[in-house]
Amino acid sequence: MVEHPANGWIGARLLRKEDARHLMGSASFVADIRMAGLQDVAFVRSQMAHAKLRGVTKPDRHRKRVFTHADLDTVQIVQAGPELSNFRQSPYPALASDKVRYVGQMIAACVAPTRAQAEDIAEAVTVDLEELPAVVDVVAATRPDSPRLFEAWPDNLYIKSTVTEGDVGSLASAPVQVKRQFKMNRQATVHLEGRGALAFWDARLNELVIYLSTQGAHVMRHGLAMALGLPENQIRVIAPDVGGGFGGKNRLMPEEIAVAALALKLGHPVRWIEDRREHLLASVHARDHYYDLTIWADREGLLLGLAGDVFIDSGAYSLWPTGSFMEASMAARNLPGPYQMKHLRVNTFTVATNKAPMGPYRGVARPGACFAIERAVDEVAREIGRDPVDVRRLNLVASHQLPYRTAGGLLLDTGDYHASLETVVNMVDLPALRKRQAAGEPDGRAIGVGFAFYTEQSGHGAAEWTKRKSRVVPGYESATARMLPDGSVLMLVGIQNHGQGLETTLSQIAAQELTLDPAAISVRYGDTATGPFGFGTFASRSIVFAGGAVAKASRELLEKACRIGAHLLQTDVANVRAEHGAIHGPNGKVTLAEIARAANIRQELLPMGEQPLLEVTATYEPGDSGGVFSYGTHAAVVAVDPETGKVEILDYAVAEDCGTLVNPMIVDGQIQGGIAQGIGTALYEEIPYDDQGQPLATTFGDYMVPCAPEVPTVRIAHSVTPALCTEYGVKGVGEGGAIAPPAAIANALRDAFSSIGATFNETPLTPRRVSDAVDRARNGRPTP
Amino acid sequence: MKAAPFDYIRPQGVAEAIAALQQENKTVSLLAGGQSLLVLLSLRMAPVDLLVDISRLEELKAVSETPTHVFIGAATTHAMIEDGAVPDPSRGLMPRVASAIAYRAIRNHGTIGGSVALADPAADWPACLMALDAQAVLLGPAGDRREAVTDFVQGMYTTSLEQGEIILGFDIPRLPAGTRYGVAKVTRKSGAFASSMAFVVERGEGAPPSVILGATANRAQPMPAVVAYLSQHAEIDEADMRAVIGADLNIVDPEADAYQRRTHTATVLRAIREARGQC
Repeated sequence: MVEHPANGWIGARLLRKEDARHLMGSASFVADIRMAGLQDVAFVRSQMAHAKLRGVTKPDRHRKRVFTHADLDTVQIVQAGPELSNFRQSPYPALASDKVRYVGQMIAACVAPTRAQAEDIAEAVTVDLEELPAVVDVVAATRPDSPRLFEAWPDNLYIKSTVTEGDVGSLASAPVQVKRQFKMNRQATVHLEGRGALAFWDARLNELVIYLSTQGAHVMRHGLAMALGLPENQIRVIAPDVGGGFGGKNRLMPEEIAVAALALKLGHPVRWIEDRREHLLASVHARDHYYDLTIWADREGLLLGLAGDVFIDSGAYSLWPTGSFMEASMAARNLPGPYQMKHLRVNTFTVATNKAPMGPYRGVARPGACFAIERAVDEVAREIGRDPVDVRRLNLVASHQLPYRTAGGLLLDTGDYHASLETVVNMVDLPALRKRQAAGEPDGRAIGVGFAFYTEQSGHGAAEWTKRKSRVVPGYESATARMLPDGSVLMLVGIQNHGQGLETTLSQIAAQELTLDPAAISVRYGDTATGPFGFGTFASRSIVFAGGAVAKASRELLEKACRIGAHLLQTDVANVRAEHGAIHGPNGKVTLAEIARAANIRQELLPMGEQPLLEVTATYEPGDSGGVFSYGTHAAVVAVDPETGKVEILDYAVAEDCGTLVNPMIVDGQIQGGIAQGIGTALYEEIPYDDQGQPLATTFGDYMVPCAPEVPTVRIAHSVTPALCTEYGVKGVGEGGAIAPPAAIANALRDAFSSIGATFNETPLTPRRVSDAVDRARNGRPTP
Repeated sequence: MKAAPFDYIRPQGVAEAIAALQQENKTVSLLAGGQSLLVLLSLRMAPVDLLVDISRLEELKAVSETPTHVFIGAATTHAMIEDGAVPDPSRGLMPRVASAIAYRAIRNHGTIGGSVALADPAADWPACLMALDAQAVLLGPAGDRREAVTDFVQGMYTTSLEQGEIILGFDIPRLPAGTRYGVAKVTRKSGAFASSMAFVVERGEGAPPSVILGATANRAQPMPAVVAYLSQHAEIDEADMRAVIGADLNIVDPEADAYQRRTHTATVLRAIREARGQC
């Protein structure tokens, strides 16, 4: 038990409630569930990127254990993508019907008592494919002569659109014009726990039960109901312990639909547990942005405007609900960053290719946009011979200008961006680094320091999501506060905890409002049968929305407790206050436990007309649903071997502001973890495809994930500018850490080799890419 | 990623293992630490009918010492070498190499014999044992034989191992006092297979140095031009050295692209500088 902190539970450095079970190995993930009669599913997946599916031959011995599209004929294709008439539909059957469009697409499902046996059967299934030319390069895919994925489409574009502000045409004669291409390659989401689904028909309740490793059980139930043609009250989705998701568990995936459909068909429990190969082949893919940009500035480095094209390689299908459309609009709208440029014109192309479908991943679109704009700012600085820090000082929105509407249309709300930059510049001791650079390293490596600023929109509700034409509008979160007869509390929430400590932070919020200890509050989630509807965890929304809902439900519950307490104390409700788990009146106190007893099991003690039970369901959306912006500056100090291209991160510092901190330890964990993934994007993680559309990194032998030696302990400085329209002034913090590292690290490399002008415009910056860039610069060859 | 069905036996001794290897019409594979084999089986890339588990055979964990040599059994794990649990003929070189193989979890299981038998071009032990002039000691149906590791490892995933033969271990000459060595390895990240790896061992007393380049396209192998240069030059000139390395690379890794050549050059130079105390 932690002593009640003097300033309340908001801001308390409470150890996580979740830690004990995870450290003891006693948590319960989908793969931990055992059930009588359970059988495993293995999928036959396409080995070709693009082909006509002419037939599937089932092995005679296992005819009844193999299921194709025709066998799951009751499954409906659910329309996906934004609700825009010009967004093209890419019907995605759970099992392929007439065509396959990426390596790894599911063709048949095989069911057997063990996964190994199911894989044996899968190996015996023969698939007749007629290969078609693969669409691999995102830019070439948009040309008229490109093969097409969908015959009904005139080209390979899901959608194209343009974001415009001001008049970039007026910048033709600007003194500084820098044109660059930036590429952030494709990667996987690599949560510690892979995806997984276990489904069975519960005859007693007459419902389909699906254990699903998901970020949003309620929304997935809605999607599954449409796919299966079942009413939602006959589907129960349970998300048990979920070992990370980062966006990768927030789309309705074909494996999940197939497992549910098989459970309906077979009458015994079936499950599918994703293995790492399937994860890299066919789980949600992410990033994969290509930018062709021109940025204009004056001779001092004042940014004037930016124009160009953004290509999003979205893969073969849109995943329900909203596909990857947000990638393009968010990338375009975030391209001006925190800078005061007036003119913007960005054409975006959301492109279908023969690769696994794209989905969200921690940071969604902003790592790419941040990489592009922050690299471009450094390029402007080099062009005019100024320090990149000075150019940022010149252009950053000043605190007195906030709220500030950027050229991308984002309304930046509160904070002090300049202070963040100055803090991190001091943290890395820039003058000392410049001296060290001038002196040179004894081992021949080059030292560089790079900076990158990011903003992280969070808490955006109906206003923002309807603007994005989202098929599901996550405009609120919900909480049911239920005080039991002994005064302990069940807090049922629609949000999903997938490892970020919400059982702890939400209980801190409830404890703050109810004047209880967090230990008295159990936070429950992840079961559509017990909790109120909610949208789940994504978009850095959990602490803002679910935290707000918990605060509101707790407060309303406490109001009722005050009324009952006042009655029991024989005083007017205006005379009572809550403190330390009791309602205090002028002549004594009554504990919440006594009040709860009255409300639940001794209603003769209640005031006349007061309904029994202490239970409140509340929904919450921030007062302004356009969103609030966390922000920060990252600084990376690197040492680089110019010949091998090997990068070592010597120091990594962050000065950030995410508003009020509910639990500083958890915030630091979010930042550290986000940066670990950002380092993955920057230096290691990539799923390359060859010209035939074959993925070249399908095991961890080829797909490099940063491990402990690659991830430095990040030094973090917090400043706190409370948000104006959220409970306690909180802002989201889930994604920020992952946004800026590619830009900061690439800028550090640029800095390390500024004397020869090597440029680093494509992630991940593998040893090969770095070495090649240095070699090109040394030999005066242009960037390809 | 589950292996296809296979049979599994755990023989009581090497002789029984050798007998098991000689089954007709069956793909038989020895299982030692399994750190490469089990992955290939799980990916169904290497179908096997019978696995012969030799990981617990005490005969293969034998270690013996003479004044001039140390014999290390094939089933000795990387971790045992890293931890100094077996005698070290190499004045610290082998423990250092062991400590940089993959991850500790892999080192706890992976064996020196398994590494050499697989002959992955990017593996650490073939190159290291070549640099130490080690001999592979083999036992098969026709009896035992010895072969220099340099000859035993013939190419990518190819050795001179005959049907039914087992690696018993490696006989490794002790490095004399005064030996200097250098090691350099470049990986995409910690624990990954090497992109390049170089060993330089200078035993002094007029003996020619050993210079081995690993992680080439084919197999780890000596760099004769570098050996000749080092034999003739007490002081090295970097430009000359680079030219000499380049000449060797044309032969030992002819398909290497510009990046691989730069990386090989860097590791060889670094290993030389360390051996020569010039780093």
